[in-house]
Amino acid sequence: MNSEHNNEIEVARFEDPGLPAHVYRKTDTDARAANRAERQVAALFLLSAVGTVGTIASYIFIDSKKFIYLPVLGDTNAQQLALGTGLAASLFFIGIAAVHWAKTLMPDHEVIAERHEFRSSDEDRADFVATVKERAGAAGLGRRSLIKRSMGIALGLVGLSPLVLLRDLGPLPKNDFATTSWKAGTRLVTDPGDRPIKPSDLEVGAVAQVLPALAAGEERTLENVGKDAVLLIRIRPEEFNLDAKRLSWTHDGIIAFSKICSHMGCAVALYEQGTKHLLCPCHQSTFDVTRAAKVIFGPAARPLPQLALSLDSEGYLVAKQGFTEPVGPSFWERNSA
Amino acid sequence: MKPSKRTRSSFRRQKFAGPVLVVAALLTVGSAFSIASALPSAQKSEVSAQSTLIGEGKQIFLKGCSSCHGLNAEGGAIAPSLIGVGAAAVDFQVGTGRMPMADMSQQAMRKKPLYDAAQTAALAAYVASLAPGPASVDPASLTWERDGNVAQGGELFRTNCAMCHNFAAQGGALSNGKYAPTLMGVEPQHIYEAMITGPQSMPKFSDKTITPAEKLSLIKWIKAAQTEPAIGGASLGRVGPVTEGLLVWTFGLGLLIAVAVWLAMKAR
Amino acid sequence: MKKSEQVAGSVASYVDDRTGAAAWAKKNLTKVFPDHWSFMLGEIALYSFVILLLSGVFLTFWFDPSQQQVIYDGSYAPLSKVAMSSSYASTLHISFDVRGGLLMRQIHHWAALIFLAAIVVHLLRVFFTGAFRKPREANWLIGIGLLTLGIVEGFLGYSLPDDLLSGTGVRIAEAIMQAFPVVGSYLSYFAFGGAFPGHVFIPRIYIVHVLLLPGIFLALITVHLMLVWYQKHTQYPGPGRKETNVVGYPLMPVYMAKAGGFFFIVFGITAFLGAVASINPIWLYGPYTPGQISAGSQPDWYMGWMDGLVRMAPPLETHAFGHTISWNILLPGLIIPGILFAGMAAYPFIEAWISGDNREHHLLDRPRNVPNRTALGAMSLSFMVIALANGGNDVIATHFHLTINGIMWFTRIGLFVVPPIVFIITKRICLSLQRADREIVLHGRETGRLVMTPGGEFLEVHEELTPEKKWTLTQHDQPTPIALPAKGSASALSPSRIKDVLRSRMSEANATSVASPTETEARELESGHH
Repeated sequence: MNSEHNNEIEVARFEDPGLPAHVYRKTDTDARAANRAERQVAALFLLSAVGTVGTIASYIFIDSKKFIYLPVLGDTNAQQLALGTGLAASLFFIGIAAVHWAKTLMPDHEVIAERHEFRSSDEDRADFVATVKERAGAAGLGRRSLIKRSMGIALGLVGLSPLVLLRDLGPLPKNDFATTSWKAGTRLVTDPGDRPIKPSDLEVGAVAQVLPALAAGEERTLENVGKDAVLLIRIRPEEFNLDAKRLSWTHDGIIAFSKICSHMGCAVALYEQGTKHLLCPCHQSTFDVTRAAKVIFGPAARPLPQLALSLDSEGYLVAKQGFTEPVGPSFWERNSA
Repeated sequence: MKPSKRTRSSFRRQKFAGPVLVVAALLTVGSAFSIASALPSAQKSEVSAQSTLIGEGKQIFLKGCSSCHGLNAEGGAIAPSLIGVGAAAVDFQVGTGRMPMADMSQQAMRKKPLYDAAQTAALAAYVASLAPGPASVDPASLTWERDGNVAQGGELFRTNCAMCHNFAAQGGALSNGKYAPTLMGVEPQHIYEAMITGPQSMPKFSDKTITPAEKLSLIKWIKAAQTEPAIGGASLGRVGPVTEGLLVWTFGLGLLIAVAVWLAMKAR
Repeated sequence: MKKSEQVAGSVASYVDDRTGAAAWAKKNLTKVFPDHWSFMLGEIALYSFVILLLSGVFLTFWFDPSQQQVIYDGSYAPLSKVAMSSSYASTLHISFDVRGGLLMRQIHHWAALIFLAAIVVHLLRVFFTGAFRKPREANWLIGIGLLTLGIVEGFLGYSLPDDLLSGTGVRIAEAIMQAFPVVGSYLSYFAFGGAFPGHVFIPRIYIVHVLLLPGIFLALITVHLMLVWYQKHTQYPGPGRKETNVVGYPLMPVYMAKAGGFFFIVFGITAFLGAVASINPIWLYGPYTPGQISAGSQPDWYMGWMDGLVRMAPPLETHAFGHTISWNILLPGLIIPGILFAGMAAYPFIEAWISGDNREHHLLDRPRNVPNRTALGAMSLSFMVIALANGGNDVIATHFHLTINGIMWFTRIGLFVVPPIVFIITKRICLSLQRADREIVLHGRETGRLVMTPGGEFLEVHEELTPEKKWTLTQHDQPTPIALPAKGSASALSPSRIKDVLRSRMSEANATSVASPTETEARELESGHH
């Protein structure tokens, strides 16, 4: 497709005819048109003024709790709507007026300005290099290598202190990522409501959002919830497809998983009773409840950690032990082996 | 199980349905109770009326439902057994028009009910007579306006419902083309029945994990969401930032560029 | 002299006596700006930034960036007595108990969406017209910097109210920090002052959002504009437009009125959106707690493409030696965005290397005349659009009765298949358009009028183009590929030889074009006809 035309020497290209002749506007030639344009600009400016008056009036006079019905919008707050449209009009019409003014009444002859070349002249460039060399020589940068090197060390290090000063932004994570509040014997309680749960409270097909029970005097923080949230699901025991160990962590068809997604930590609470799948609404990782929350779709790489269940002496559901693996998203120190 | 006493009222054909319904409702619940407790002698006379209703229900069932659910509601290859699902499930599925299904699609959709209130009650009575299950919910017993706490309902909704039905009860996507429907326009008794029966993909929410009082709060919040005004202007479907982004790229930037084109155009 | 003129004169002398500004001002008041709608796109971004500053300051008067838990007792009943952070409560206060507060919040958020959308279309205009070429590479880099910081700024901004949706976004940001190899958990603990969500993150991002980043923005925007001013604006090719001149309207009064007016128009349209369309209704989302989630949790659109990539990422993690590397997070959350932005930043230098073009350019390219670049741009755009679509796959699924799994697979495959196809198609379209240009220059425009020749034949009358039009369609350079240098003694596999071969191959692809018609050809044709 590359043509040989541009390699020929005597090819005449089309020539630049130069700037076309100026076309006069109606407002340039017809005084009446110009006057009309002036009136239009003035009217637009006045519309803006009306908008401002409307804005202020609606601020003062419209009850901020009043709602009005408008098609498309629905029941809308009257004051918010009036303030907004008033403000919009007051601004918009200033702009339209100014542009209309510029287009119709200001001179519209196109102007040609020459560009300057950015490149300095060769002498200037040479002078510049010579000056830099001379000045640098005067400072002795080239000769005094001791200064040069020590300066390098000093400048290289000086940025470290602010970095070190940032150290107290937070504590060290230690083992925090791997731990939750769940311990052997911790009761499962409803979220919200904090009521302990008996197996008989859950029918087949039921779910419950649960948290660990609080000891007396304890308070539940969002940091706890972020690691402790658990989903309790009851299915028919024969539907499980678990190994013996994981099966022993269930109780009569009741199985518990960490609700904190093993991918990026969203709450995986979307349980489809029909398929027995758990779906994360953030990134749509799908977990199969019957197979210990094995990932069957989406970006999550690991099953949701399962919480071992048993009953306490009063017949309430409790954790048989804490989680045996860290809950939530992966991190460098996580040992998945 | 919730000891409510009647089935749903009808908002269609009210004149005709009213009296029939009262009778039907009493009997339906009665049937569920008869298993657990001895029948008071005062109600003996109603037993025959009840069996008539069950008979009617069975006739409707054989005509409209048995081809999928089996002649004795034992279920089949394409439809689940209805033994033990209770009157509440029937009232929800048939009363919201989900059953009978129009076609064998992924999921039964809410549509105009095929059966009227009396027929639904009869069907419910028949299914309830097969085995005990949750009874239908009487709207009059749902005193959500008086007893519900809207803020508590919101908290319950966000913990238990929003992950499927979205933060403003507009519905959302489930896996493989299934979806959680919008709750706009859904009647309180159907919301209640859905929670206790767990229709289709939805799990059950037992009365011990979400108490009946909490369920009333939930209903109150959902009713508030149904009538939530457009406080900041057009609601854009209340599905989050997707429609906001769409509006900016179409209307917002479109208008701005249109003005820019006008601005740069030479006046004539 | 009129009184007002006297006053103006004395003020001017006062200033000039002390600064010598008169000469500078005289020159610059007549500075010429070329007029084209596509040159206003950057201005939309600039004005949105000003709107953001103004509305943002308003919001700071009431907003309390604190994660202290409080019990809400404001006027929004459905949240009455609910425990929430001060951030959330004060945002509710602004929305319901400050007159015009909700309007300002909505203006602020709409302006943010417009700001980033305008930056993107401005970037596309600059890319497709080659405005990034020498001497404007630095401004391209500043632009990329502004886009990157704009995305961060937007994310921090909508995270401030601490509602359920934005808290979910912060949770995901935390997971990305946590995923950094070696330092991840430290990074997260330092950012959040301990375990997520903690009590310090919102106060910290608040100061970044209202002080640090706006300050950097101001500095970068100033340099960006000074460079535009100093280097003078590029212009589209056309009669009278040369590499050595700039044709347009003087700053005073025309450009001042138009640009100034446009600020008010942008503000007006943003305010209108704020008045009639709800955005980020945080009172519906509820306060953030890690145990809750809403269906269809997505970020704002400018993060949506990244969320789409995260959704479609393969479920890959490496477990070795007691350590975990989450490719399912690093790949879509850091590595691919990093490559995209680094590639974008490096593009002017890559193109200059491939084309060997070291000249200054002030005349813009018509996109069809640079098929390779245009195709590359369209290809990248298709990549982003596919990623973005997957970021909203749940909403798309429910509204168009599709399945999220189906959309996910479609975009997973489409991400690799569609961009190359778009590249090929775009390049072909560009070449066809070049061919059409050539046709029309040589044979004139089809008028649709038929005339009968004396011989009884019907011919369509072709109307010759004006010289202006002919010039516009033919003024561009014909690219010449860089020839492969002689092999010499170097081995065929030596790095420098590979570089040479690569360069000449790419250069050849880059130079693909239809020969621009010449006057000579036109004359030959004419003499052939008659």
